[in-house]
Amino acid sequence: MKVSQREIEKMAAQIRRDIVLMIGGEGHVGHLGGSCSCADIVATLYTAKMKGNPADPKWPGRDKLLMSKGHACIAQYAALAELGYFSKEHLVTLKSFGSMLQGHPDINKTPGIEANTGSLGQGLSIANGMALAMRLDGRAETNKVYCIMGDGEMAEGQIWEAAMAAKNFKIDNIVGILDLNGLQATGPVEDRFDTNPMPEKWASFGWHVIEIDGHDIPQILAALDEADTVKGQPTIIIAHTVKGKGISFAENVVGFHNGAMTHEQYETALRELDERLAQF
Amino acid sequence: MMKKYSNQRRAYGEELVALGRENPNVVALEADLGKSTMSCLFQEAFPDRYFEMGIAEQDMLSTAAGLAVSGKIAFCSTFAVFASGRAYDQMRQTISIGRLNVKLCGSSSGLSDFGDGSTHQAVEDVALMSAIPNMTVFTPCDPVEVRQAVRAAAAIQGPVYIRVVRNDVPELIDPSSKFEVGKLRTLREGTDVAILAHGVMVDEALEAAETLQKAGISAKVVNVATMKPFPYDEVKALAGQVKAIVTAEDHTFIGGLASAAALALRQSATPMDYVAIPDSFGQSAQSSEELMKFYGVTRDDIVKKVQALL
Repeated sequence: MKVSQREIEKMAAQIRRDIVLMIGGEGHVGHLGGSCSCADIVATLYTAKMKGNPADPKWPGRDKLLMSKGHACIAQYAALAELGYFSKEHLVTLKSFGSMLQGHPDINKTPGIEANTGSLGQGLSIANGMALAMRLDGRAETNKVYCIMGDGEMAEGQIWEAAMAAKNFKIDNIVGILDLNGLQATGPVEDRFDTNPMPEKWASFGWHVIEIDGHDIPQILAALDEADTVKGQPTIIIAHTVKGKGISFAENVVGFHNGAMTHEQYETALRELDERLAQF
Repeated sequence: MMKKYSNQRRAYGEELVALGRENPNVVALEADLGKSTMSCLFQEAFPDRYFEMGIAEQDMLSTAAGLAVSGKIAFCSTFAVFASGRAYDQMRQTISIGRLNVKLCGSSSGLSDFGDGSTHQAVEDVALMSAIPNMTVFTPCDPVEVRQAVRAAAAIQGPVYIRVVRNDVPELIDPSSKFEVGKLRTLREGTDVAILAHGVMVDEALEAAETLQKAGISAKVVNVATMKPFPYDEVKALAGQVKAIVTAEDHTFIGGLASAAALALRQSATPMDYVAIPDSFGQSAQSSEELMKFYGVTRDDIVKKVQALL
């Protein structure tokens, strides 16, 4: 897939704008921080890497993206809407009664969502199951499952069960992506519950480890391409990111894990992102 | 008539293999208990479609979810206590909310794992699994019904829990009879009392009915092989046909057959009582019979409850 860096960056800015729009202004809370930290990764996957068909979300030849950190699903909703999996009109209905856009991913409500996630620590296991199904169906050479996880989520024991399972089954059509933004709901990961060091842990669990700046599009692309060449073992991309990236007042602010913007902040965020989008 | 005994676990494994032959989309996952749950038979027949997940029940269930959402019918097997408890969240969150085709065999359930003690005796698994929306819960009474339940589970779109016991049990179900999801199965006709039972308690109920007959009481014995969707209307209708209803289960009275029947009979004048494990954990013993006697879930307990009601 030949897509320019510029197009991916534009998509990332659009995703961030959609995220702000979905969460809304004063009186509404939403997972702004962790959604923006993975926005560049989500943009790259959907525009430059994953095979898919918005007109046929269940197309058997597609690659799959699972948000194991399910609370960041709004980044995925934004990408799906931008690609035409559903109308952008739905975005403002996020978390409203009857909306197709639930607070956490729902396979039976949202086109393009691959599984219900949200209880943290389970996505990688689900992704393993999908990757094994691709193997059974003879698609492991041509299709991949991508699974975005959070660094706070690394405290969940099941992550490491899944890490062992992927190595045990030599699953090489799975790519884990660790959105390492350093902040969990109540503070810095290393202060609240230190799950470091990540590269050493994953390597010792038998994974091919790639470390990148998770906001640098060429690095994201190169890492995803490198993962395609790894055989006989799973790959994890450890992406160093900034929570709230791209929203000036929210960057590295714990309160925006699931916080509310003031009316002024909401307007500021939209203005900043409109300015960013005007550059393209 | 001499009873023919056979094993529910073996029936489970054999039927899984039969299903596997018919449908290439059937896969099996196990958490290091395959030689006990008998999913090992599937491994022998279809090694490529069998996944030994290690002693990691949570990972097993979520991996099954990934397989199921990709078009597979994923059977997971482990002891009932781990199946229902250890991986409850995985069953709830992804599998049941998503209505995925994961079938969970809770093996060595109830007091049937007599030696291993409280940590291994699932006395609340039916309550846990029944509490989850979108679930189907089967409580087969014998190996024949286990086979039928496995088949029914594969035909259902969505998650299913199948409760299986460890020990050899008498064959009670005619293999040519039809297993209908959510329907009661009358195994003995009677007019004074209806005894509702599931699992190993069905044979106890049939024995109790024999004893009651000698005392001049005509007991109908009804097998409840589907605990969810529970046949509330059928149980309510039963109340009009008899003078009393007694339930019998090797499960605590909370959230199992006693609870469901009481709910079904809430507007009925027909008196009901139950035989169930009290709100307590099990313990080790030399036999299931020893435990069933201690916790008050035997044929004699059924007889006493019936006589007290009539």
